[in-house]
Amino acid sequence: MPDDAACRLPPLFAGWFAAQGWRPHPHQLAMLDAAAAGRPTLLIAPTGGGKTLAGFLPSLVDLAQRPRPGLHTLYVSPLKALAVDVHRGVDGLLAGLRLAIRSETRTGDTPAAKRDRQRRQPPHLLMTTPESLAVLLTHKDADRLFAGLAAVIVDELHALAGTKRGDLMALALARLATVAPQARRIGLSATVAHPTALEAYLSPTGRADPGAVEVIRGGTAAAPQVAILETAAHLPWAGHMGLHAVSEVYDHIRRAGTTLVFVNTRAQAELVFQALWRINADTLAIAVHHGSLAAEQRRKVEAAMAAGALRAVVATSSLDLGIDWAAVDLVIQIGAPKGVSRLLQRIGRANHRLDRPSRALLVPGNRFEVLECRAALDALADGSLDGDPPPPGGLDVLAQHILCTAAGAPFDADALYEEVRRATPYADLPRGDFDDVLAFVATGGYALASYDRFRRLTQREADGLWTVAGPAVARQARLNIGTIVEATTLKVKLRNGRMLGEIEEYFVQMLVPGDTFLFAGELLRFEGLRETVVEVSRGGRGEPKVPAYVGGRLPLSTHLADRVRAMLADPQGWDGLPEQVRDWLSIQRWRSGLPRAGGLLVETFPRAGKWFLVAYCFEGRNAHQTLGMLLTRRMERAGLRPLGFVATDYVLATWSLDEPTDIAGLLAEDMLGDDLEAWMDDSSLLRRTFRTCAIIAGLIERRSPGQPVKNSRQVTFSADLIYDVLRRHEPGHVLLRATRADAARGLTDIARVGLLLARARDALTHRRLERISPLAVPALLQIGREQVAGAALDDLLDEAADALMAEAAPGLSAADDQGRLAL
Amino acid sequence: MTAIPAPALPDGDAIRLAGETLVADPSGALWWPAARCLVVADLHLEKGSALAARGSLLPPYDTARTLDRLAWVVGRRRPARIVALGDSFHDPRAADRLTAADRARLATLVAAAEWLWIAGNHDPGPPGCGGETAQEAALGPFVFRHEARPGAVGRPGDLAEISGHFHPKALVATRARRVAGRCFVSDDRRLILPAFGAYAGGLNVRSPAIERLMGPGAVAHVIGRARVRAIPLAALVADPYDPAG
Repeated sequence: MPDDAACRLPPLFAGWFAAQGWRPHPHQLAMLDAAAAGRPTLLIAPTGGGKTLAGFLPSLVDLAQRPRPGLHTLYVSPLKALAVDVHRGVDGLLAGLRLAIRSETRTGDTPAAKRDRQRRQPPHLLMTTPESLAVLLTHKDADRLFAGLAAVIVDELHALAGTKRGDLMALALARLATVAPQARRIGLSATVAHPTALEAYLSPTGRADPGAVEVIRGGTAAAPQVAILETAAHLPWAGHMGLHAVSEVYDHIRRAGTTLVFVNTRAQAELVFQALWRINADTLAIAVHHGSLAAEQRRKVEAAMAAGALRAVVATSSLDLGIDWAAVDLVIQIGAPKGVSRLLQRIGRANHRLDRPSRALLVPGNRFEVLECRAALDALADGSLDGDPPPPGGLDVLAQHILCTAAGAPFDADALYEEVRRATPYADLPRGDFDDVLAFVATGGYALASYDRFRRLTQREADGLWTVAGPAVARQARLNIGTIVEATTLKVKLRNGRMLGEIEEYFVQMLVPGDTFLFAGELLRFEGLRETVVEVSRGGRGEPKVPAYVGGRLPLSTHLADRVRAMLADPQGWDGLPEQVRDWLSIQRWRSGLPRAGGLLVETFPRAGKWFLVAYCFEGRNAHQTLGMLLTRRMERAGLRPLGFVATDYVLATWSLDEPTDIAGLLAEDMLGDDLEAWMDDSSLLRRTFRTCAIIAGLIERRSPGQPVKNSRQVTFSADLIYDVLRRHEPGHVLLRATRADAARGLTDIARVGLLLARARDALTHRRLERISPLAVPALLQIGREQVAGAALDDLLDEAADALMAEAAPGLSAADDQGRLAL
Repeated sequence: MTAIPAPALPDGDAIRLAGETLVADPSGALWWPAARCLVVADLHLEKGSALAARGSLLPPYDTARTLDRLAWVVGRRRPARIVALGDSFHDPRAADRLTAADRARLATLVAAAEWLWIAGNHDPGPPGCGGETAQEAALGPFVFRHEARPGAVGRPGDLAEISGHFHPKALVATRARRVAGRCFVSDDRRLILPAFGAYAGGLNVRSPAIERLMGPGAVAHVIGRARVRAIPLAALVADPYDPAG
């Protein structure tokens, strides 16, 4: 519709499109109409639909027609890298249009001097993240900064909604609407299972009222061409690194123009990158990109990619979202994709244009992952997406927001409550909950009245407004902004050289000087710690260690788990599977048995001094987590001395010091009648969840890297200790409620536990094996997550004490003399 | 005080020092049966409120919890004398911040035995809660002080030393995983108690600060859930690095 386009686009822009040989997409023009109507807008378009340009176009047209100083448009992206990339793209566009519009980024990486200057002399367009926006809103001059704000664009809205970062962003949007009510909201999203939930995020009321938000849909993309690599190499029984197929991956890279190689964890990125370079006979330009690398290094890789200087990048989810690289013509996913929507997103990185199909290759890391990849392809073919509707907002995030609001300016509790309810995740927040959170922020919210004199917030006599108790409180509040709680990290620096990135502290604790490890794509030698910096040099000998990162694992959607289960139960359908996988399943059938659709297969076997019980439940990880907690408690009572469990989407595995024999008894249905809540409260899952909530809510400080150990007994608090004290003295405390709500979100699925217990009653098959079965291998690789602190703990200590006493043979008599005398 | 029937002794780990037999109680207290003397170290009462005053609004129940545990062990052991080895209060003003209920419970405990407060670095002066106060005290073959004094033991005529201050904690490698627990540490000349307070943290017993005080045959008495067991100090896991060092 060139004529239509011509009349809607100002000549400058129409000319620019023409000069590029492009025609504006209908949805890009529709965005202009929506802007003219002044309505909040949600643009849903597949990757490659020119979404970002569509989002900015109305702002650029407005500024071109009516140039004026001051911040005009705020762009919020969940990824720093994306904010940087969008800035680069928009800058290029502005240069092409010869418009005197200034655009800048503002993230955690922006130097302090530049941040200060941005507040005094803001650019027209500011690309930022939810966290940086939240910090901006705590400044006293926020009113002035946002006074002329015309638009706020939220990119990748689907990736934020339903997460704690989404809660944080929704609260920031609600605050922004009070400070700058004139600013119009624009959301950009990939195709999602629940679009109305996203409409609500953009609605001024926080609810998806009919007609409140204009929804514009972009074109549909051509169906992607996705294949599963049929490796000629030995397909591993276990592991998820995919290293067996590296030479085949390399061949694909060599044949393609530019390839994006996605992996699931940062450790895997380092390993795959290293393995590719080992066989890189053609010295192809291959780079690595993940969240732990120094910002400078990541930017270098992104710029080289944008300039078309790279043949491949090995990346984690740090490159999942929207970076616009038209040159990518192949996406390789190493390891299972974990979810259909996520796979679609990653595939969309290739050939970032709507009219041509994306090309992608899935490389399963082990035989189970073959099933998972196959299930994902089937789901893609069916066009079925996964994803749950977003849950209510977290009370811990609300606590952070309330403290930050006070850090900005004194507030009225009633007005803030109304404002918070205009944030979608809190639209149904009861006043009682708000008041409890406010009390927590102000005084800790404890029933003990004498504690009231210690305050972070005070209520002013004169006007009843709430204000921070002092500048230190406001400072601390700003430092704590954000919902991502990661393990403490230390900087990694080349001796007398540059910073390479950050590494988790607990990994460093395992190193002694001289050890080598893989990081930033290099083999590094650990030299030692200088204050809080990990000093390294290049090279070194010996088997390198690979840094482990907490929290890299993504849950498989239950949608895919269901498909895998059906596939396993039906040997007729195995024809499409690689021979090695068929063999694996056949060996499983011969050595143990296959899980049947209506039954429950349980295997027990000894291994490394422990007894393992593996139940093939296929009810999804959430249900398995719950069952794991219940089952290990019951094993404890049966005197089996359980040590821990691991739940995958397919399997629950427990391990204990003694052999479980009465499987039917252990899985008896009355399990659910037991005190589920008390059991859950004691689990390490809940303890971890509590720690996260307590940090987000500002009860426990984020530990600064390498805080000296000698002081730690004065200032560091184990979250465990606080958790136990609260459970005992204030079981209804708002932070415990936040913790349980998170647990209910992610950990329990009682209905499905009930279903599988019924199957255990009716159709249980127990196989007692001599050793681990083929099917059990993938689950056992994840072991180490859940620990059970029961009687086994004392037994383990006794055992270790005896063994260590015996080992220390020369000292034994002395120890006997003074340590072991009976009265 | 609640009357809890005393179980058969000993239910802790026996430690032989200066010819006397001492018992490392799983509560973290030291029991000297011959003198009917109970020793506790580093109660750090009102640490929670001290941190609250600095802006960390941690749950305020640490004093109640510490007193619960103290009442429990006193009920079981029924001591004639109680020695608190310093840092009993987190700071000099801590006693003023006690809630009325906690103050009353503490008074009952102090009145139940001959109570001796040893001064610590956190609480150099008398707390004003009854009992007697001393910088250090000699009882039988022992000298009780807050912090072990290097070179104070080992010569002929030196008393064996019982102290606190360091909050020792042990890291034990077991078959399944590493287990951390508070611990006593002793050799043939001195003994250091774990911290008794609910909010007191810990210092790895293999840290140089502790290790340099102890002789070659030193043993840690590690507290598990219900039992205490002896493990040679040298067999415990040290912190692999010390960012402060």
